[in-house]
Amino acid sequence: MIDRKQAWAALARHIMDEIVVATYSSATDWIATVDRPLNYFAFGAMGLASSHALGLALARPDKRVLVLDGDGSLLMNLGTLVTIGAVAPKNFTHIVGHNGSYEANGGHPIPNRQTDFAGIARSSGIAKAQRIDQLADFERAIPGLLKDEGPLFVDLMIEQGELGPRSYKDMYSRTRREAFRQALQAG
Amino acid sequence: MQADTPQAPLQGASIIAAVKQAGVDYILSVPDLHTSNGLLKPIAQDKELTLIRTCKEDETLGLAAGLSYGNKRALILIQWTGFLYAMNAIRAMACDQSMPMCMMIGLLGKEPDVPSRQSARFGVRVVEPILDVMGIAYHRISEDADAALIAPAIEQAYAQSKPIAFLIERRPVHA
Repeated sequence: MIDRKQAWAALARHIMDEIVVATYSSATDWIATVDRPLNYFAFGAMGLASSHALGLALARPDKRVLVLDGDGSLLMNLGTLVTIGAVAPKNFTHIVGHNGSYEANGGHPIPNRQTDFAGIARSSGIAKAQRIDQLADFERAIPGLLKDEGPLFVDLMIEQGELGPRSYKDMYSRTRREAFRQALQAG
Repeated sequence: MQADTPQAPLQGASIIAAVKQAGVDYILSVPDLHTSNGLLKPIAQDKELTLIRTCKEDETLGLAAGLSYGNKRALILIQWTGFLYAMNAIRAMACDQSMPMCMMIGLLGKEPDVPSRQSARFGVRVVEPILDVMGIAYHRISEDADAALIAPAIEQAYAQSKPIAFLIERRPVHA
């Protein structure tokens, strides 16, 4: 099992001009790790981070789009894997923090902690899907996750982090959204 | 009950032309029987539009949001049941964040000559009041001339970063 903060720290060491779409607990840990204009925080309706990211990936095929999702979030929009599998954006990498917990909502378990998300992704048409449960393996995988032809999917087995409540006010602010828009337009 | 006055049939081609005129690049859709033959099937064959078929309607809101940041325009083509299903995503993107969510909503089951607010179908009857409560502007698309409302409304939605809805009251026909 992997500490998500350590995983994101490892990822941050490789991040350049990629768009990073993060949600809920993955987002709070990511923004604490690296706060940058090309971070995009999927707002409001839980589960839609990968849908936002798919739109960004289609609109900006010149940029790698990385989704930092959660297992509880993905379960609220599981059909997204079928959509992504069909659209098959080459610049799309989907990393799902899998701790079997609705961490941001009090730590309640997801309905089935044993869910094989990589298996679901593969059967949805995302051939390059893998489960990673060791930090060293994730560190080795990162360069490929940022440059290999997508769509790519990682079921990242992580420990449960800090429980909510969390504040998302700054994350979802108009200021951040405008900064993202400007950064995207700049390059 | 309104008088049954002759109307020019609503042509799917007129709607599609208006959507293109507004610079829409992507159609994001879950199929709706009401718009299936007149809109979705010809759109699927149209080389100037990219159709993304999603599994559920709320996906389309996320997709449209992401596309808009990359300066790509999208039309969400769904049925009123999907509109109701996607309510939380609409609340978030269209209302809280005031993003240019352009929704074309098929009113399957609406009686042709009855205003939707007076429909015998509960789901059809509540669409306009819900849009009112959410502060989302809308146009009723009932006859062919109404297609002229579409392009300016989409342009305005993107210019002002506001949502817009088009209620497809009659089943569009496909020549």
